[in-house]
Order: sequence, then structure tokens, then C-alpha cells
Amino acid sequence: MEMQKLYLLVPLAPLFGAIVAGLFCRVIPRWVAHTVTIAGVAIAFIASVVIFRDVQAGNVFNGSVYTWLTSGDYKFEVGFLIDTLTTTMMLVVTFVSLMVHIYTIGYMQEDPGYNRFFSYISLFTFSMLMLVMSNNFMQLFFGWEAVGLVSYLLIGFWYTRPTAIFANMKAFLVNRVGDFGFILGIGLVLAHFGTLDYAEAFRKAPEFAGTTINILGSADWSLMTVTCICLFIGAMGKSAQVPLHVWLPDSMEGPTPISALIHAATMVTAGIFMVARMSPLFELSTTALSFVIVIGAITALFMGFLGIIQNDIKRVVAYSTLSQLGYMTVALGASAYSVAIFHLMTHAFFKALLFLAAGSVIIGMHHDQDIRNMGGLRKYMPITWITSLIGSLALIGTPFLSGFYSKDSIIEAVALSHIPGAGFAYFSVLAGVFVTAFYSFRMYFLVFHGEERFGKADDDHHGHHGDHDDEETSHDHHHGLAPGQKPHETPWVVTLPLVLLAIPSVVIGYLAIGPMVFGDYFKGVIFIDHHAHPAMEHLAEHFHGAAAMGVHALTSLPFFLALAGVVVSWFFYMKRPDIPAAIQRRFSAIYTLFENKYYFDKFNEVVFAGGARFLGKVLWRGGDVGFIDGVIVNGSTKLVSMISAITRAFQTGYVYHYAFTMIIGVFVLMTLWINRA
Amino acid sequence: MSNYLLSLAIWIPIIGGLAVLVAGSSGNDSKARGLALLVAIAGFLVAIPLWVGFDKANGGMQFVELANWIPRFNINYHLGVDGISMLFVVLNSFITIIVVAAGWEVIQEKVAQYNAAFLIMSGLMNGIFSALDGVLFYVFFEASLIPLYLIIGVWGGPNRVYAAFKFFLFTLFGSLLLLLALMYLFIQSGGSFSILDWHKLPISLGAQIWLFLAFLVAFAVKVPMWPVHTWLPDAHVEAPTGGSIVLAAIALKLGAYGFLRFSLPIAPDASHELSGLVIALSLIAVVYIGFVALVQADMKKLVAYSSIAHMGFVTLGFFMFSSMGIEGALVQMVSHGFVSGAMFFCIGVMYDRVHSRQIADYGGVVNTMPKFAALFMLFSMANAGLPATSGFVGEFMVILGAVKFNFWVAVAAASSMVIGAAYTLWMYKRVIFGDVANHHVAELTDINTREFAILGVLAICTLWMGLYPLPFTEVMHASVTDLLRHVAISKIQ
Repeated sequence: MEMQKLYLLVPLAPLFGAIVAGLFCRVIPRWVAHTVTIAGVAIAFIASVVIFRDVQAGNVFNGSVYTWLTSGDYKFEVGFLIDTLTTTMMLVVTFVSLMVHIYTIGYMQEDPGYNRFFSYISLFTFSMLMLVMSNNFMQLFFGWEAVGLVSYLLIGFWYTRPTAIFANMKAFLVNRVGDFGFILGIGLVLAHFGTLDYAEAFRKAPEFAGTTINILGSADWSLMTVTCICLFIGAMGKSAQVPLHVWLPDSMEGPTPISALIHAATMVTAGIFMVARMSPLFELSTTALSFVIVIGAITALFMGFLGIIQNDIKRVVAYSTLSQLGYMTVALGASAYSVAIFHLMTHAFFKALLFLAAGSVIIGMHHDQDIRNMGGLRKYMPITWITSLIGSLALIGTPFLSGFYSKDSIIEAVALSHIPGAGFAYFSVLAGVFVTAFYSFRMYFLVFHGEERFGKADDDHHGHHGDHDDEETSHDHHHGLAPGQKPHETPWVVTLPLVLLAIPSVVIGYLAIGPMVFGDYFKGVIFIDHHAHPAMEHLAEHFHGAAAMGVHALTSLPFFLALAGVVVSWFFYMKRPDIPAAIQRRFSAIYTLFENKYYFDKFNEVVFAGGARFLGKVLWRGGDVGFIDGVIVNGSTKLVSMISAITRAFQTGYVYHYAFTMIIGVFVLMTLWINRA
Repeated sequence: MSNYLLSLAIWIPIIGGLAVLVAGSSGNDSKARGLALLVAIAGFLVAIPLWVGFDKANGGMQFVELANWIPRFNINYHLGVDGISMLFVVLNSFITIIVVAAGWEVIQEKVAQYNAAFLIMSGLMNGIFSALDGVLFYVFFEASLIPLYLIIGVWGGPNRVYAAFKFFLFTLFGSLLLLLALMYLFIQSGGSFSILDWHKLPISLGAQIWLFLAFLVAFAVKVPMWPVHTWLPDAHVEAPTGGSIVLAAIALKLGAYGFLRFSLPIAPDASHELSGLVIALSLIAVVYIGFVALVQADMKKLVAYSSIAHMGFVTLGFFMFSSMGIEGALVQMVSHGFVSGAMFFCIGVMYDRVHSRQIADYGGVVNTMPKFAALFMLFSMANAGLPATSGFVGEFMVILGAVKFNFWVAVAAASSMVIGAAYTLWMYKRVIFGDVANHHVAELTDINTREFAILGVLAICTLWMGLYPLPFTEVMHASVTDLLRHVAISKIQ
């Protein structure tokens, strides 16, 4: 009973903070807003730790809080499933959220929307917790859309910036495309399993492994394949997988703290979490897993390429996030669910770190985000520098750091997987290692080392910050340093979260890989059909402890690829900056393709947005105004007189008479009254 | 007392409305307003016990009243509500308060007549939802047209006469067919006007089809379903805010209610036979109208088209013949009452200040009306079917029910998740976000206490129904189950 109250406390404490800070944002002073929200999230974090220990002791909980709705034989409930997967997510979400809350005190210091911002990020924390703690699909969908809403509100936080309010609508709509698939998947689960409760649905699922349904023509489709692909389309929207990735780079229009919290560490990983949670369903369809692994591989490699040519510090990290989400998806496809969650966790720490460090740089640079205007910042911002280096090293998979353990496990798992598409995925994740190291250290060198390019003043950089300034107006938040002005280290509320995130970025992989990936940690939570998908089983045979894995890696291919990426980027950007420029000229076609992000945005704008507006105009002008009103209603006078002629012939005077007299009576009465006044 | 609740719910607003006319006849507007509000509140108070005292286990008619009206033709004053109609009496009585409050400062001309029209209409609509006699139903059904016609025609915009005429023409056309159908049933049943008797009446398939088509035209015009929907955008554009609220929140529900009270139980075989037609029309409403809504430049037209699309979910839900479908549709009807009512009120709030409904005349309203922007956001999200708002519940149930019914029907219905969000949020973006667009927006004042109270109450309803819809659906179960059982049995002998 005590524990159940604690479960409730975890989401409700941040919700309380959000309500107080939100409803009274115009009345309360700033310190109240940040105190109440930080307290709420801190309570949630502490409670999560207690629950984590309780679950470690073997106390798994699955129960309902209240009945949301009943209809026919169906019952929809709001409830919690507290197991190791849930507690892992709870810890990640509440910890990163707490760091971001503290960081925000410094980052949003001068913003008039300070209280509103705290309200939003606490509301986000509540929504995300509802999502991960759910024990059923309905509540999952509730949390799913709620985090989407808060993401929408936060991307458009600076609501007078045209780019921001375009980006937030785009994010919401692209996510809705994913949700469109997701809700159909949920519908299939309900229609065939008769329940939206996880435990019951997972129990019934194996009975349907061989079931086929008739969807298109006479071909039989495996029910599980269709269901899983529909569900995965939802994950593609939220976790920004190609081709539904287009919203994530634009979401960088939001303030940096939420880029770290929502668009790197937590919300975008909801799709990964969802698929891992649904492992008993996905394991029943190798076709769906192949689909997953191919989509993930495309995202991992091709989004990484785009990171190379970005000049906006946040966009480099954003494309890196896309690529890493691709890695997690690849792991899911290879049935290495625990590895995907493991990478989700390590990534949450080091990517939140990188984003917050980028934000710290942005503060130091007075809101100039163009890395071409930086350089040599390590002297001025030592804490940001060191923590960024740690984050970057963790990201590229330096042995013994957290990212290494998770990424290397993904690569190995894919190597051992034999489902269709695994070969391509293996190539992608391997090539991705070089690409990741290259763009990460390109950014690192350009920002922290080399020539100091800031303070050069004038407007020449104003034309090219970000890469779609078409709509950018003069009064955005890019200011930049004045000539002669130096960057400065940020206050402690900003650097403290960097340090606190750097610690797990270093050690969590080493500590957690044994139990989480190869131990019993996810026993009974993640289900793998070892017979059909033996990759994890084989992987476990090769594992001889975290230390041995690190030592062994020093002679392995991924390590050399990462090293090569760092060295090449150092050579290109520190030693011979003429080389990348020459390459850019030599391969201008590819460069243009990258710069236009493979033309996804243009395609969507023309085909989907333009097409929808065109179709709307045609249906409205042609259908409603032209045909229905023009042809039918204009001829209706004739029709009405015709019909009334028929009714006159029919009616015998009795009933119609009564009704008609009353109508006329009321009519006359009303007209009289109106004319009197 | 509880035996006369329905009569009270009908006659308090009607007699009260007449009293308001008297009270305002001396030109005392504030007295008329105050009395109107009192009457509306009294009407709502007598409606509450209908819900509180409702027997959830009983699927039949409750709070039944039966008296002779015109014995010669066996016409009775026969009232009663079941789990399908009860919520609409309550909703209607509730919306009446909102409507009276919505016109409080805005309507300065013919105040007494304005309020009286709404009160009388409220009573008549309660009559429609509770009438169990065919003639009584028809009288209420037709009489309710008149106040709405007057509201649009007298207090409407510049093009009000055209809109009112179009509205009247469309709906009258439908009602004539309804009358024919009622006459036929009267003769077939050997002289009974009892709707419940008609439910039991065996009818051949051919006759059922004709009856069904007559009902379809009558009710489709009211819902409105594609292609007889074109009167609605015009009516909304010209109607005053209160008229739009009643039109969207209640009047559209009358047609949908008719399907459940007449089409399905009286012509069950024809309903099955022609369900494909209705589902096709519903999906056209959802998809086609969604695209049309996207390109509207007038906010009221946009929300009017979005109403049609949302009502498409209702008719779709009915004709899947499952409890998820029908209950989802009923939930959607109630929710649409809150959400579209609030949307129209929001547009009215802006119109009162700027005197334009064109999206292009706005931009950056959030800068001058932050409180309003926050509430408008909530209702926009509800309109786009966001979970935790009432707009989600019905759509979710209908889509889930549709997956079981037919996957491709579900695909078409679920497309509204994208289209609905697109037209709503695109409008919101252009109107609310951005820099202050012009001096009209710069001079806006945020909502006052009255406006805040109205939107606040509707916001609470929207969230309540989104977070805890159980109280709404549990009263429906027994009646919906009975209806489904009834519809499953053939009436052909």
C-alpha cells in the first residue's frame, strides 16, 4: 500500500509543480516557480530511486488506479506497471529532468517567460512518466500525445519567431502522422486480443502468431506483422526515424534546455521504449523486425552524414541524436531490446550533457550558435570544455566510457543477427562509427580549439546561422559577441548539471552492462524468441565482463574507425582547413544534397502540404461551392415546390395541419414581439 | 416531483422565455437578461436530477410521462428518456446557460427577444430529446427551427437573410420527408403515434428502405452529412455567437439523435442494408470536409467545417453496430457540444473586439490576450482530438471500433488525426502566434471575468470528460445494449 502511494507521487509531484507554476505564472515571483517545480521533480526522482530499489528486491507491480471507460466488453483503465524497464526509464527521466530544471534557472534567467517555461517542463515530466509507467496501450497513447503537446508548446516557446511557430506545428503534424499508424496498431490489438492491458495482450499474442488478416486484395497478411508495423510507425514519428525525422532538426528552435530534455534524452526515446515494451509482440514477426532494422539503419547512417555539414551547434547535436536513435532502432530490430534500452540510457546522459554544454556555449557566445564564429573557447569556458569533451568521447564510443559499451553491444548484436536487412544494418552502424566520430570532433575542435574567431563583429555571419533562415527575422535571439568581447564561463546552476551528467556519462556503461544487458535485469520484462532471433544469446557467450570488453575493443574495428574519425576531423579542421573546402567544391552535388537534407522538407512541402491545400481548394470551390450549392441548391426551389406538391396530394389535412398551424402561430407571435421593440 | 422532471425541463425555459419577453417589453434590458439567466439556471437545475437519479441498469425509458393530447388521433403527450437521450437534455440545459451568458454584453438590441428565443428553443430541444410520440416529436422538431431561424435572421451578420433562408429551406425539405414517414408508420401501426410501438412494428424490407431513406434525408440535413451540409457554414458565419454555439452544440445533435431513435430501431434491416451508404457518406465528411476546412479563410467557416467532420465520426460510429461505435459516437456528440461551443465562443470573443472573422486580419493575439490564448489552445487541442480532452474519447472509441469493423474504414477515419490537427493548429498558428500583426490586434484587451468564467467552465467540462469519461458512458450502456440487441433482430416477416 505504501509503495502504491509512492507510485502515484512520482507523476503527481511534477504535475503539481506544473499546475502551480502554470496557472499562477503571472502572479508568483520567479523563485516560487522554480522552487516548486524543482521540488516536484526532485521528489519524483527520490521516489523513483526508492521504487527502483524496491523493484530490485523483487516487488513488481501491475495494477489499475481507476477505470477510465467501459464500453461493451471492453474496459479501459489508468494504471501502473512497475518493473525494471519502468524504473530504468523513471530514473533516467526524473534525473535528466532534474538536471534540466536546475540548468534552466541559469539559461532562461533573462527570459520573460521564465515561469511558463518551468510549468511546461514539469508538465512534460509528468506526461513522460505517465507514458513509461503505464500498464496499458490507452494510457501509453495518452502520455504519447501529451509529451507531443508539451513538445509543441516548447518548440514554439518563443511564439513570435516565425521559424519557431512553423517548427512546432511541423513537429506536431509529423508526429500525428506517426500516431495515425500507432492508433491503428492499438486498434488491431484491441480488435484481436480484446484488451489493451499489456500483460493480457502479451499473454494472448502467441495464439495469434499464425493468424492472417485480409487487408489488401486477396493476399493474406500476418496479423502480427501488420500490428507491429502500425505500432512502429508511431515510434517512427516520436523517435524521428526516416522518413518521419523531419521535425527533429527544426525542433531546435526551442530553448536549449528542452532540446536536451525532450529532443535528446527522453521524449524522442519513447518510441524505443515502446518497442522494447512490446517485445512479446515484435518477436512474433520477423518481417516487422526487418522493417525496424532497415529503417533504423537508414536513420543511423544517413542522418549522421547530415551532421557533418551543419554549422549551427545545436543542429550538429540534433543530427547526432537522429543518428543515435537510428542505432537504438537497429538494436530493436536485431532483437537486442535490452541493448537498445541500455543505449537509450547512456545516450540520455551524454546527449543531455552535450546539449546542455552546447547551451552553455551559446550563453557564453551571447546567443551566437554558429560554430564558425567560435574557436578556442576552452580557455574561457573550462568546465564546459571538459564536460563537452567527456560527452563527445562517450558519444563516439571511447572504450570504458558509457557510450562505448552500449554502441559496441549494438554493433556486435547486429553482426550476430541473421534477419533480412541485418547485413545492411551492420554496414550502416559500422560506417556510422566513423561518421559520428568525425562530426562530433569537427564540432569539438571548431568550438573549443584553434583560432578564436568570435568577436569579429559585423553582420557577415548573420546570413548563415541555422540553415533555413528564409523566414528568420531581424529580432530573433541571435546576438553574438561584440568586437573585442570574450566568452565567459556560465554560472554554477549551468555548470553543475554538466558535471552531474558527466559522471554517469563516464561510468554508467561500465557499471550497468553486466546486469542490464547480459544479466537477469530485464528477466520477465523483455521477451526474446531465442530460437528465431538468437543474436542476444550468442552475444552473451562472447561477454566476459566489462573490463575485458573494454580491453578487447582496443584492437577492434569500431575503435579504429572512431579513432580515424577523430584524427581526420583534427587534420581537416585544425591542420588543413583547405581540404574540407576543396572536398566541398569537388563534390558539390553531394554537398547540395546534404545541405538540402535529401530534399525531404521540400518534398513534404510541395507534395503533402501543397497537395493538401490544393485538394482542399478543389473540393471546396469545385465540390461545395460549385456543384452542391451551384447545381443542386440553385435548382432546389424547383425541387421544394415539387415535393410540396406531392405532399399536398398525400396529406389529408389532419396532422400536418396541426403542426403547420403551430409553426405559423409561433412564427407570427415572435415576429410581432420583435417588431414591437 | 421527479415524475414531472422532463415537463419541467421543457416548459420552464419556454414559459420563462415568454416571461422574459414580458419583462423586457418595457425596454428594461438588464431585467430581461437577469431573468433569462435565472430561467436558464432553473432549467439546468431541473435537468441535473435526470442524470443523478438515472437508473444505469435500466435500458428502457425513464422519467416517463403519459397523457392524452389529441385522443381522436391517438396523439399523446408522451415523454421519457433513456441512456441515449438523457445526456442531451442535460447538455442542452447546460449550454443554454452558456448561451445566455455569452450574449450578456454583446447583444444590445432586442435583448429580451434574443434571450427569449434561446430559452424557447432550449425548451423545444428538450422536447425533441424526450418526446416518445411521433407527432409530439415532429412538432418540437419543426418548432425548434423557428427560433434558430429568427436568431440568424434578426441578430445575424450582413448576409443573414440568405443564410437563414438556406438553413430553413434545407431543413424544411428534410422535415417534409420525415412527416411522410411518420404518416406511413401511423397507418401501418393501425393508428399509433407511439415511437416505442413503431420500434416493435414488423415492416417489409422494401418499406423499411423507403422509411430509412426518408429518415436519412431528414436527419442528414440536420447533422449535417455530406452532401447536404452546405447550409451549415453559411448559417454559422451569419449567426451571432450564441446562435453558433446552440447550432453546433445542440442543433446538430438532433439529426444524429434521430438516427438512433428512428432509423435504427424502426428500420433495422434497411439500416444494415444501407449501412455502407451511410458509412461512405460519413467518411467523405471526415476526409473531404477536413481538406475543405484546411483552406478556409474565415475562422467560423473553418470551425463549421470541422464540426461537419466531427459529426462524420458520429454517423460512422452509429452504423458500425457495435457498442464501441455507438457509445463512442454519443460521447463524441456530447464532447462536440463542449468543444465546438467553446471554439465558436472563442471566435466570438475575437469578433466582438475586432469585428472580423478573417484569419488574415489576426496574428500575434497571444501578445495582447495571453489568458485567452491559453484557453483557446486547450479547445483547439480538444478539437484536434488530443488525449485528456473530451475530443479524444469519442474519436478514439470510434476509430478503435472501426478497426474491428473494417481496417480501411479505420484508416480513413484515423486520417482525421492528421487533417484535424492540421486545420486546427494552422488556424491557431496564424491567429494567435507570431508578432502583433496590426493595430487591431495591438489594441486587444484580454478576456474579462465573464468571458473567462464561460471558457473556464467549458474547459473544466472538456478536461473532466477527457480524464474521466466513465460517468458519461456508464449511463449509456444498458440502452445501447438494448438497442443493439433490437437492431440485430430482423423485422421482416
